[in-house]
Amino acid sequence: MEVIFLLIAISLVLAVTFLILFFKAMKGGQFEDDYTPSIRILFENQPKKPIKNPSPKPESNE
Amino acid sequence: MNPNKSSTITKHCYHCGEQCGDELLLVDDKAFCCQGCKLVFEVLSENDLCAYYDLGNHPGESQRKKSKSNNRFDYLNDQDTQLKLLDFKNETESHITFYIPLIHCASCIWLLENLYQVHTGVYFSRVDFVKKKVQIKFLHDKISLKELVNLLATIGYEPKINLSDLEEKPKSSLDKRTISRLAVAGFCFGNMMLFSLPEYFSEASLMGDGFSQLFSYLNIVLSLPVVFYAASDYYLSAWNSIKQRQINMDVPIVLGIIALFLYSLWEILGMGHAGYMDSLGGLLFFLLLGKIYQQKTYATLEFDRDYKSYFPIAVTRLHQNQEEVIPISKLQVGDVILVRDEELIPADSILLSAGASIDYSFVTGEEIPVPMKKGTLIYAGGRQKGEPVLLTIQKSPSQGYLTDLWNNESFEKDKNRLLEPLSSRISSVFTWTVLAIAFLSFSYWAFAELSIAVKVFASVLIVACPCALAMSTPFTLGNTLRIFGKNKFYLKNASVVERMALVNAIVFDKTGTLTDPANAKIDYQGTELSEETLRVLKTMVSHSTHPLSNRINYWIGPKSGISVDFLKEIKGQGIQAFYKGQQLKLGSKNFTGFQNSPSYDKGNLVFLSLEDQDLGYFHIESGLRQEATEVSQQLSPNYQLHLLSGDHAHEQDSLAVHLGEKIQYNFNQSPKAKLEYLKKLNLESQSLMVGDGLNDAGALQESTVGIAISDQVSHFSPASDAILDAKAFGKLPAFLSFSKGSRSIIKASFVLSFLYNIVGISLAVQGLLSPVICAILMPLSSISVVLFTTLSTNLLAWRKGLLTQKID
Repeated sequence: MEVIFLLIAISLVLAVTFLILFFKAMKGGQFEDDYTPSIRILFENQPKKPIKNPSPKPESNE
Repeated sequence: MNPNKSSTITKHCYHCGEQCGDELLLVDDKAFCCQGCKLVFEVLSENDLCAYYDLGNHPGESQRKKSKSNNRFDYLNDQDTQLKLLDFKNETESHITFYIPLIHCASCIWLLENLYQVHTGVYFSRVDFVKKKVQIKFLHDKISLKELVNLLATIGYEPKINLSDLEEKPKSSLDKRTISRLAVAGFCFGNMMLFSLPEYFSEASLMGDGFSQLFSYLNIVLSLPVVFYAASDYYLSAWNSIKQRQINMDVPIVLGIIALFLYSLWEILGMGHAGYMDSLGGLLFFLLLGKIYQQKTYATLEFDRDYKSYFPIAVTRLHQNQEEVIPISKLQVGDVILVRDEELIPADSILLSAGASIDYSFVTGEEIPVPMKKGTLIYAGGRQKGEPVLLTIQKSPSQGYLTDLWNNESFEKDKNRLLEPLSSRISSVFTWTVLAIAFLSFSYWAFAELSIAVKVFASVLIVACPCALAMSTPFTLGNTLRIFGKNKFYLKNASVVERMALVNAIVFDKTGTLTDPANAKIDYQGTELSEETLRVLKTMVSHSTHPLSNRINYWIGPKSGISVDFLKEIKGQGIQAFYKGQQLKLGSKNFTGFQNSPSYDKGNLVFLSLEDQDLGYFHIESGLRQEATEVSQQLSPNYQLHLLSGDHAHEQDSLAVHLGEKIQYNFNQSPKAKLEYLKKLNLESQSLMVGDGLNDAGALQESTVGIAISDQVSHFSPASDAILDAKAFGKLPAFLSFSKGSRSIIKASFVLSFLYNIVGISLAVQGLLSPVICAILMPLSSISVVLFTTLSTNLLAWRKGLLTQKID
């Protein structure tokens, strides 16, 4: 029955991982707009002109 | 670009889809209705962004009615204004979030997110479609904020910037904090339940003591984040209410949490038992869930009722013969300002130009412009119609007549003085009762055995936790608000429902509330008009935007106009036209030179003359809303009805025919008198006031429930508790009885949770309550109460015809 100690440890670690992942997703704004991305993904990619600007930064500020 | 788009030969604007009039503009075989739409297309095609038109049919917004003064964004060059608007700024780049109400389709998202192709200064833009917001990051060396806003306006997406934006930045949402608390509580609750399950079924003994000890200690560890993090808001709220010498619902919750936690600690560490940590986790989880539901409902109903949104944000000031645009807050007494067509007068001022035509609909509810002479004082809130006028400011904007009305001391009063919400009244009684029972049973058992006494004391507090009580009100009212919202009736907050349920007197404002501008009665007296004359008349009135012209236009009906040789509108006077060499005049008596005196001495009169010979005149009387009769019939048996009007008493007889004799009619009421009337009425009853404009703002505020009726929801009046879309006016009786029903449902759910509490407490005081029963009873009672309130409000709404499907 000692295996239960191991299983409990694993299950707790898993649950904590999920909790952390949830917090990360929430901080990253994944739950803020749940509609626009579904439209955005359907846009065709256009041949883009070379952009001289600084490359768009990944989402960082909030 | 796209062969399928050749259907533009039908004369619909390629950009906005509106029917193109006579001035059809053609570019690349594509038709445009106006210069504005054509300009947008040209900007887009220059930048190779015509995919905009492939994503949706006619995705644009008509540019025809846009005012095109070049310097109206000049205030954005002001450093202070900029700092207030920007989210972020460093040496090279600035970030800003705009609210753009025009975002409505996939094309809008695509175009706004491809903004970097239109201007190299913009390097990032992202749309939030639901909130209709766009976040833009730009290099302010390459494009200034003003140029950016101008660019957006040029492509048809003018951001909405108003004074309330400038006051403060919205704080990061409270919602997020509650959600993380809920996540923690849910995580701990779930795991604690797993560890406690063997205890419930006595399986732990099979596995040996080691396991049940371990499980108990794990439960303590897991309960720490619940007690010290997830529940922290409740401690704050309870502490604040105690500091104000009051007791709110959070006090027993906090007592329960503390008792449960300390008792479980003592049980686990001292006695080696399982404790109630899992119940504690469940308690917080369900409480926070209810709180989030509540916040969600409130957030969707939040509306900007700041009166400042009505005021123009910038004014054109004449300074040393130079026009400059300044923010309204910098306006000073003695400044000369220029007010154009359709612009609001920001402060009380004296007219310098020869004449003006001021529409006081914001102030009096009457939309017919009043002619003004040079030198007269014009009050804040008026709207100029016609030629631009010059004014000198007499009072600084904060002291204007409208702000005086808003700052009236009656506005400051807290309406809750009348009715505390049902739940908070019950909760203080409840708290004291539970505390008394807990202490009584503790002292009773203390004589027998101390350990049982502690257990009883804690379990009374735990099992009597007013969880179900606390949830029934927000869930019922939240659902009620949602159902009202679906029926285009928007309440400021949930306590309005409770107040509506207690109303016994209803006061209607006449103009714009019971009467409908579109339903005006028009009577024509004089020589009968030939078909040809009618068609000339149609051309004349279509040319004008004057409300009376619109009504006559409506009266003529669907006829096609006829082209005339000459047509001129003299604002505030009338319309002049030449047709086949004859002069037709439509307008005021002086303007038309009308000789006969009309048989009416009331209502609005519009005269018509041909070559200075009398033809006839129109008598225009505002008509009642279609539903008005029905509404007053349905309400009169149960409510005391009153009618207030700023007009003369001449309409009383005709109103009485339609609305019944039971109504108390009051005419010649100034805004001040309306407020006094409500004050008097409030001494003996709970009043509900239905009004429209700012002129009843005082009365709306004074009433127990003030409802602003609005033909366009985006144009609501401030100072009200609720906004009713004019189309839903007929449902007013249903709304009232539904709010009464909601109150009964709250009461019924109180009874239900009291039953749970009585059963629980009676078991607890006898010392019979085991952890299993305690843990099951608590969430069960909450869930059943929530189910009960939600289902019964839906059922009630369905019966009242406010919900088409039973449950959705």
